Amino acid sequence: MDMQGKFIPRAQLDDWLAELAARFRVWTPRRAGQEDSGAVVYLPEARQPELNRKPTESAKRVIFPRSEPLLRFLRKPDPDQTGQKSLELQVPDADGPNLVFGLPPCDARGFLVLDPVYAGVKGQAGDSYYLRRRSQTVLIARACSRALTTCFCHWVGGSPSSTEGLDVLATEIQEGFLLQPLTPQGEEVLDSKLLLSAGKEQMEAAQSAWQAAEKTLGPGADMQGAQEALRALFDNAAFWQAEAASCLSCGVCTHLCPTCYCFNITDEAVGEKGVRLRSWDACMFSLYTQEASGHNPRQDKAARLKNRIGHKFSYYPELYQTRNACVGCGRCIKSCPSRLDIRAVLTKALALSRPAAGKPETTAPATVRPAAKPKVNKPATSKPVAAKPGAAKRGKEASHA
Amino acid sequence: MPDTARRPVFEPSAPNPYLPQVATVLEVIQETHNIKSFRLRLDDEQAWAKFSFEPGQLGQLSLFGVGESTFVINSSPTRKDYLQFSVMRAGEVTSALHGLLPGDKIGLRAPLGNSFPYKELKGKNLVFIGGGIGMAPMRTLLLYMLDNRTDYGDITLLYGARSPQDFSYAEDREDWLKRKDMRTVLTIDSPAEGWEHRVGLIPNVLTELKPSPENTVAVTCGPPIMIRFTLQALEKLGFVPEQIITTLEKRMKCGIGICGRCNIGEKYVCVDGPVFTYAQLKSMVNEL
Ligand SMILES: Cc1cc2nc3c(=O)[nH]c(=O)nc-3n(C[C@H](O)[C@H](O)[C@H](O)COP(=O)(O)OP(=O)(O)OC[C@H]3O[C@@H](n4cnc5c(N)ncnc54)[C@H](O)[C@@H]3O)c2cc1C
Ligand code: SF4
Ligand code: SF4
Ligand code: FES
Repeated sequence: MDMQGKFIPRAQLDDWLAELAARFRVWTPRRAGQEDSGAVVYLPEARQPELNRKPTESAKRVIFPRSEPLLRFLRKPDPDQTGQKSLELQVPDADGPNLVFGLPPCDARGFLVLDPVYAGVKGQAGDSYYLRRRSQTVLIARACSRALTTCFCHWVGGSPSSTEGLDVLATEIQEGFLLQPLTPQGEEVLDSKLLLSAGKEQMEAAQSAWQAAEKTLGPGADMQGAQEALRALFDNAAFWQAEAASCLSCGVCTHLCPTCYCFNITDEAVGEKGVRLRSWDACMFSLYTQEASGHNPRQDKAARLKNRIGHKFSYYPELYQTRNACVGCGRCIKSCPSRLDIRAVLTKALALSRPAAGKPETTAPATVRPAAKPKVNKPATSKPVAAKPGAAKRGKEASHA
Repeated sequence: MPDTARRPVFEPSAPNPYLPQVATVLEVIQETHNIKSFRLRLDDEQAWAKFSFEPGQLGQLSLFGVGESTFVINSSPTRKDYLQFSVMRAGEVTSALHGLLPGDKIGLRAPLGNSFPYKELKGKNLVFIGGGIGMAPMRTLLLYMLDNRTDYGDITLLYGARSPQDFSYAEDREDWLKRKDMRTVLTIDSPAEGWEHRVGLIPNVLTELKPSPENTVAVTCGPPIMIRFTLQALEKLGFVPEQIITTLEKRMKCGIGICGRCNIGEKYVCVDGPVFTYAQLKSMVNEL
């Protein structure tokens, strides 16, 4: 098998995607609706990916759809028992393999957050719907050429050229893309006559693209102790009320987040036939935890914001003994109608837990340090599988991941 | 290759955790004006023969076209002619369940969740304190203990309801009141004609009964407000948090620790619960 990196000229990209579409349902980030519409969403269309703008939504819908049928049911008159009806349950046919081209590396890392959840916890069964799709999905990310002001992947172990969870890393250079396989599945999809072998110059060009992108990141932050800091703040109602004051409980943050995964299960029926659906839900909605007795443990939005941030940086890493459940994609900041900034909440929480570290309660607390000198990715030469673009930046959180 | 190893594997033969088993309603019992009990049995003979559960575990009942809701299995594993669920009318699914008749088909996902520590409770005295529909989860443990009577010490039951008409399990109650190997105390909130038992709120009656905490475990289930005051009363009587067991009713969906609905911090009521000791609740984030 050819382990070399490949190159595809920009003009040939659509041809290659079309070739892949014969074997996969190929998803690309594309403008929703009109040309001038702002939103970039993932669509099952193997052409003209929008790679100049960060997708508005995350790629999670490819593996965890907004709404999907869990089963179909049908009631039929039972010939043996007059008056009674028999019940037939069917599990919908599985869809075929998917491939995503052009997702940012943080979206791929998002799947690494969802994986342990859907694999099943504490001896429970795994989620067959998620696992089937996940095991058959090939991820080709494009390295980000620049960070947005809302990006903070480097706070949580990521980087604009992170390869974590990827099958192929694509880096835009000169007249096309350098394609580096990272898994056997990645090698397989790069086995195409349309692709050229990448040369040393192209490898070097990619390397400087990664470097340049690292430089566009904002200040870094040390997230060590976030778990304890949030737990210590649990009963500080005033803190959470102040932080949540502007929240509209619209749920946009959870909807766009690559690592938010909660869902609802509902039935829809017409006559004797129907379907049971699993659909995205949001812990930012007040009815989410409403109990039958009328009691609601998260009646106010402060409690709900506390749960969302607590889940990402405290409960999830505690339960799964792994990374934080946030990949720093910044969508919950960028698309929030009231610009609630999860970074600010975290920074304040950490500052309160480290009073000795400097000036607490400022907008730029002592925990924020200037970006570390960007470490450069190793050029992917003879053995790109072993090369680790993005491995350069590993925060403390990744060390116990 | 570390990245491939990380991709979760899909086992095509693994069971689909969302697919309910089809069951048939054998009997419907009108317990109170808003509570009905349903006795049911799985249609698949093999699955039914293999089915087992422990006292305190849950089931998700499905009415296809309406939805799925969580209920505790309140029959005892020692009596395997049927599984019993008691359903209080609260909304959409529970109202539709109340329309079920014997012979109707229903979906069941069970057993889910943890159970009462019935093995660890051997040799202990038990005080059961139940309010309203909260008697349902305790019934399964109580029946189990009565069927294994010699394994346990003294058993006291304090069962309260708003009015005489709000008690469930008429047949059981008669038996419990008659039995010499347990003490049964019933109470209602305010006086009612013809009522021969206690009158008063559960925590107050409990304080009057003054059960000794010596080698004793208290099990309590009921509405949140009752639980709160019952816990206070128990602590005043000298029960320590490790000696108090309760069940929680957080809203649930998947029942298998995935959907995230039922969390209290990093704990999930559907897999870590619904049964918790008061000591465990105290170690969790304060969000009951
Ligand atoms: C672990 C556990 C054990 C339970 N055991 C029993 C039992 O043995 N008997 C019994 O009668 N009830 C029990 N319940 C409560 C029962 O699940 C709810 O009453 C039922 O789900 C309400 O469904 P619904 O469609 O009728 O209500 P909806 O129409 O959906 O809503 C009515 C009200 O119930 C609330 N609600 C909806 N779903 C749930 C839910 N899953 N949990 C709690 N509140 C909910 C709603 O927010 C609303 O306030 C239990 C709940 C849990 C979590
Ligand atoms: S997007 Fe912003 S306003 Fe909407 S629920 Fe999230 S934090 Fe609140
Ligand atoms: S919490 Fe916000 S920044 Fe973190 S992964 Fe979700 S949307 Fe992205
Ligand atoms: S009900 Fe889904 S996690 Fe508990």
